[in-house]
Amino acid sequence: MTEHIVTKKQYALIFAILMLLTFATTVIGMIDLGRLNVVVALVIATIKALLVVLFFMHIYWSSKLNKLVVVSGVVWLALLLWLTLTDIFSRGWLPFPGK
Amino acid sequence: MANHTLALRHQFDNIEQQKDASTFGMWVFLVTEILFFGGMFCCYTVYRSMYPSAFGHASNHLGLILGAVSTAVLICSSFTMACAVNSAATGAKDALVAFLWVTILFAAAFLVIEMSEWRMLYKEGLMPGFNFTYRDIDPAHVQLFFCMYFAMTGLHASHVTIGIGLLMVMAFRASRGTFTPQYYTPIEISGLYWHFVDLVWIFLFPLYYLIARHLQ
Repeated sequence: MTEHIVTKKQYALIFAILMLLTFATTVIGMIDLGRLNVVVALVIATIKALLVVLFFMHIYWSSKLNKLVVVSGVVWLALLLWLTLTDIFSRGWLPFPGK
Repeated sequence: MANHTLALRHQFDNIEQQKDASTFGMWVFLVTEILFFGGMFCCYTVYRSMYPSAFGHASNHLGLILGAVSTAVLICSSFTMACAVNSAATGAKDALVAFLWVTILFAAAFLVIEMSEWRMLYKEGLMPGFNFTYRDIDPAHVQLFFCMYFAMTGLHASHVTIGIGLLMVMAFRASRGTFTPQYYTPIEISGLYWHFVDLVWIFLFPLYYLIARHLQ
């Protein structure tokens, strides 16, 4: 397996995008967009996280095994959120006596 | 070549296999960390949906600009860490040591900004357990917001502190010339840890500083 060395120039490009996104999300955060605030903030945060994981953490150039570990981490996190939130949000939907 | 053979532990066939095993192990650890923080993020989501207006009022007591600056500082530290990994891979020893110390400096700056924010909240009477005098709208659930804020940012800050210690050890080892382009796995692994710390803050910042502000 040959080593992939990421150049400082590539890192600088990712860094610039991350800074721009931070600035954008802060400015947008000051404006009241109603429900859209959450969507915009989390979409930007996810893009930033993807950039960090793929390029700063080298997953883009990593072995399939490491990619699998990252994906499984996200899947388990999704399970944790999904199962908990479906329970919490669906409470009280059915009119059981005593609830 | 002396360094090369010394760096290879006897249970591995070659240096690549050793590096792959270390990176894989680190990623498995980071996944457990994702779930560790994930539980708290889940808890935040549930309470935010239950008490939106209390979370809205509480969030406006946080300094948005301070939060944005600390995010920027942490991203800078991630960038210098990435440059340190690049320097290690190309064998630029002096640059490696310098980048590690700059990263430590940014990390310390992050902690200073965070401490000043905590101090501000303490003075405002918004630190549950120490000084909580808020008696405006829905104090019970505002207190819940700040309990979670201090728990999550505190856990993150402890990760930053551990990271500073780790990077200092790496900086000392690097200045003694331990790392070569053939063997710099500890730098790479510390880099992964450091970027993970940045990753957590990338989500903490919008959750506490941005998305609750306009809930009333």
